[in-house]
Amino acid sequence: MTHIAQPLRRKLDIKNGRVDLSHGSGGRAMAQLVADIFHDAFGNEWLRRNDDQASLGTLPGRLVMTTDGYVVSPLFFPGGDIGSLSVHGTINDLAMAGATPKFLSASFIIEEGFPLADLKRIAQSMGEASRSAGVPIVTGDTKVVERGKADGVFISTAGVGVVADGLMLSSDQARPGDVVLVSGSMGDHGVAIMSSRENLQFDTHILSDSAPLHELVAVMTATAGGALRVMRDPTRGGLAATLNEIAQQSNVGVFIEEAHVPVKPEVAAACEFLGLDPLYVANEGKLVAIVAPQDADALLGAMRTHPLGRDAAAIGAIVEDEHNFVQMTTAFGGGRIVDWLSGEQLPRIC
Amino acid sequence: MKYVDEYRDADLAKALAARIAAEAKPGVSYRFMEFCGGHTHAISRYGVEDLLPANVQMIHGPGCPVCVLPIGRINDAIKLAALPQVTLCTYADLMRVPAENGASLMKARAAGADIRMVYSTMDALRIAEAEPHREVVFLAIGFETTTPPTALAVKRAQALGLRNFFVFCNHVLTPAAMRAILDGANAETERLDGIVGPAHVSTVIGARPYEFVAEIYRTPIVISGFEPLDVMQSILMLTRQVNAGRREVENQYARAVSRDGNIKAQREMDEVFDLRDSFEWRGLGEVPKSALRLRGAYAKFDAERRFDIETVRARDNPACECGAILRGAKRPTDCKLFGSLCTPDTPMGSCMVSSEGSCAAHYAYGRFRDARRARAVEAVS
Amino acid sequence: MELLGDDMARVDLGGVSKAINIALVDDVAVGDFVVIHVGYALSRIDAEEAERTLALLRDAAAATEIGA
Repeated sequence: MTHIAQPLRRKLDIKNGRVDLSHGSGGRAMAQLVADIFHDAFGNEWLRRNDDQASLGTLPGRLVMTTDGYVVSPLFFPGGDIGSLSVHGTINDLAMAGATPKFLSASFIIEEGFPLADLKRIAQSMGEASRSAGVPIVTGDTKVVERGKADGVFISTAGVGVVADGLMLSSDQARPGDVVLVSGSMGDHGVAIMSSRENLQFDTHILSDSAPLHELVAVMTATAGGALRVMRDPTRGGLAATLNEIAQQSNVGVFIEEAHVPVKPEVAAACEFLGLDPLYVANEGKLVAIVAPQDADALLGAMRTHPLGRDAAAIGAIVEDEHNFVQMTTAFGGGRIVDWLSGEQLPRIC
Repeated sequence: MKYVDEYRDADLAKALAARIAAEAKPGVSYRFMEFCGGHTHAISRYGVEDLLPANVQMIHGPGCPVCVLPIGRINDAIKLAALPQVTLCTYADLMRVPAENGASLMKARAAGADIRMVYSTMDALRIAEAEPHREVVFLAIGFETTTPPTALAVKRAQALGLRNFFVFCNHVLTPAAMRAILDGANAETERLDGIVGPAHVSTVIGARPYEFVAEIYRTPIVISGFEPLDVMQSILMLTRQVNAGRREVENQYARAVSRDGNIKAQREMDEVFDLRDSFEWRGLGEVPKSALRLRGAYAKFDAERRFDIETVRARDNPACECGAILRGAKRPTDCKLFGSLCTPDTPMGSCMVSSEGSCAAHYAYGRFRDARRARAVEAVS
Repeated sequence: MELLGDDMARVDLGGVSKAINIALVDDVAVGDFVVIHVGYALSRIDAEEAERTLALLRDAAAATEIGA
């Protein structure tokens, strides 16, 4: 057989190398990037087949699908990074419907010049988050854009899950008399992000609460079943935005007690410094649940048995209100409404 | 948090509320103005008005520097930012202030102007040092709390020999504004029985500059800390003054305010700034000797001189009642635009523009009282 | 409060710390409390006065319980 010289396959220089335009062109360089960085980190049977799509087979139950974009800045922050955030966030969107998350996809838009070491770090983080949650990343895409057109890397995800029969969770299901629960402390993620923004420069030990909530949700649906009316994760705009959305979609009012809303002392202090209200600060590992009153105690008890629900608390109730106000008794004893946030409290938080 | 939590104690609040209710004479109406935007915000955020008896009414004053910055000056800032070599540094609160034709700094930024939000003058200086090819203009606003920091920034720029750092000065003075309000409060509907004096401003200027309020305008004034318990205690003190016929300057914020104030800060201000003859305030019109500009010695840092800025007066929407609201003559709900055309997302005038503004505070925190009041009125009629 | 060089100091509030410019206040020492605005300390908080204010607040509150 004639001897044909094979090109020497050089390893990617993870330590000092950077993403360049050839990595997005669809040729050998891209294939190597995808294999050495993404497949290496995510490793599963679907990716090993190296197709443009993943064949998922049939799934039992009602299908739920979600999609998200991640543009968080900075990319690495205390308690997480854009990679783990994207996995947790997508899983959570599915979990809020009471769905068991099954599969994720991840598409990367990378800026020319982005360090390979950082890309690998992000991919590893995603792989770990995905494995630890038991939800594989089965398909993806990679594009590279010129320097200056993408601030490092943007990640876009999609997720698919299945919901069991009997669960009809939706934001328009809240009824007067229902109890409002939160799974834990408010404002951690936003403060963690702010503390790593250069121009704000304050020091704190607060970590982002980025976490996948599907297992906590499984415990909750097992306990409360159909008595669980609404579940939502208070991301951008914080608890205030979520409660206002639910109030409007269900055409009800909400009444909460500020003293019952859990907020870590360091988060409260950081918000003091920056003139922010923790009720409006983003969370990435917490949920708000609206449940029928007779099942509230049992649900709260069940949530507290799970590590992600240890600080769960009942914070208020749903009331009749044609104006759809979210009203609050302040810790000081007075009353106020918790309105929609106007304008941008903080850009690029997730 | 020490020196913070104690002043937010709910039990003390309830007890103080009962005390105010016990001492406020039935049938007598008490109209107190809290001058400072920070107080307006605290009162709304903590729901202090719920804890006051019906005959004690809080009027929200013009102490919100974002709210009183005239449209003409925002237009100037936008024009400056549009210059290709200019980097405009501003406090975040100014980004959404509406200028002429629906323009704003936020929109100008989206259109490509180099506008950067900063937390402090030190950030602007840092940018000037790091980017010597840019002309960095700091949009300076505020009462006497932000003025000393700006003064320090100018002096530091001089010490560093910076040639690309400028200040667009819109600093205003509290006592002059108070005088303008008191001059305008002649009719019975605009009568003021007492003033809750600003917290932070007073740490700088001291208690002495308010003596004219008590002596000349015969109005009680209590300088108040900005925690909700401070405000309530100050309201109690004002109530007592009114009942006893006293007209004095009292200092509730003694832990941070002295009669003379922060002399060092005052000296820094005096060194860098001098008084403008007159300055336009959004909602109040022209107020004499109420604002500052850079002294001749620091002229090379003055954006107005460097860029030949000639401010053109611009009018607010004719239906906007901000002027009357700032003087306490009208309430937010008296304005036809409130809640419909004018909302925090789409502000039409100064009172809605910042979270410390009277209308913004009412919209964000107090609107439900209107609904409650309307229901109560319906129930009775 | 911890002194850094060049007119700066580190202040702590509830576990969160930040570098603040102290050029406007004379004689601040470690352990002092200050009023802060836009990154600058404007004034020291006098601990004695703070206690006095709190005591007054509590007295006013107590009087209410006994009286009405």
